[in-house]
Amino acid sequence: MGNMTLEDVNNMYLDVLKEIGNIGAGNATTAIANMLGIKIDMNVPNIKLMEVSQLGTAVGAEDQTIVGIFLEVQNDIDGSMMFLLDIPSARYLVNKLMMTDAPDDEPFGELELSALKEIGNIIAGSYLSALSSMTNLVIAPSIPYIAVDMAASILSVPAIEFGLQGDNALLIQTEICAEVAIDGYFILMPEQGSYEKILTSLGISI
Amino acid sequence: MGAVIKVGMADLNICKAPDVITTLGLGSCIGLVFYDPVTKIGGMVHYMLPDSTKVRNNSNIAKFGDTGIDELYRRVIAAGANKSRLIAKIAGGAKMFEVSGLSEVGNIGARNTEAAKLKLKQLGVRLVAEDTGLNYGRTVELHCDTGEFYIKSVGKPLKII
Repeated sequence: MGNMTLEDVNNMYLDVLKEIGNIGAGNATTAIANMLGIKIDMNVPNIKLMEVSQLGTAVGAEDQTIVGIFLEVQNDIDGSMMFLLDIPSARYLVNKLMMTDAPDDEPFGELELSALKEIGNIIAGSYLSALSSMTNLVIAPSIPYIAVDMAASILSVPAIEFGLQGDNALLIQTEICAEVAIDGYFILMPEQGSYEKILTSLGISI
Repeated sequence: MGAVIKVGMADLNICKAPDVITTLGLGSCIGLVFYDPVTKIGGMVHYMLPDSTKVRNNSNIAKFGDTGIDELYRRVIAAGANKSRLIAKIAGGAKMFEVSGLSEVGNIGARNTEAAKLKLKQLGVRLVAEDTGLNYGRTVELHCDTGEFYIKSVGKPLKII
């Protein structure tokens, strides 16, 4: 136990994570639709296993400004997770939530950052509760932390987490469509030993 | 102006005037440059973790401060830089998220910065300038004709060290 890394992960495991992503994103979509009072559709998520050193370019140009919401998770599974949004998507959600009409290039104020944190919290929480109910594992997220900065800077955080264990990182892309397409990315970063726990809980022998 | 050489994450390269060497969006990682002001030879490493001996999978030497800085040093000297004239500058090592406690994410930037200082001391190279820590990302450029180290951040004026 405790030695499995992403290098050992097989396609079946990726399918399992994709399904968890699917259910999680479904829950998240419903939660956001209710919160904002709009109709939202979601596409089947796309899952990517990629080299850690390429993670900085995973969601666009390295120096493009994006929004990153980060949560630590603990209890049965230890690790962290991140939810990433591009600026137009983040601006759209904030405008909807706060009933404002600010342009994409306007920097987010304190209140707007709080609103984004809450959106990230709901999305990440929905994903984690899907994982939790499928595996029967207790997964407790921390409060959300937010950064609006260059993509590569934000992604250095998961890159380092994955880099501690190996050379691969796992990215789940979710597109939700409201009046505009909202592109979001999840990155789940379980610490060593947590992969086996997820698989074993799902009844998959390693 | 010469070519612009791009260094990725967990990557390193050398350069010579009039070229510029750059890495985009340093977060908790460190961008370290060496520069010899006479031959105008320099180089940059963008490493992610402080210490290769603490990690099982450590085949990529540019991923770690200890092995990455050693390799960059070897490469700039081999390219013709002079040991006694060599200077170093560093940037990055930010804490991107204000996580509480002493988790890996919380202090990795500071540990990366310390790793650079320790390695430079061992190599006997002077650290002449640094822009590290705080909570924002940095894009850095070493201009080999002047030795100036440009630091660009979102919503902040250009800084030259």
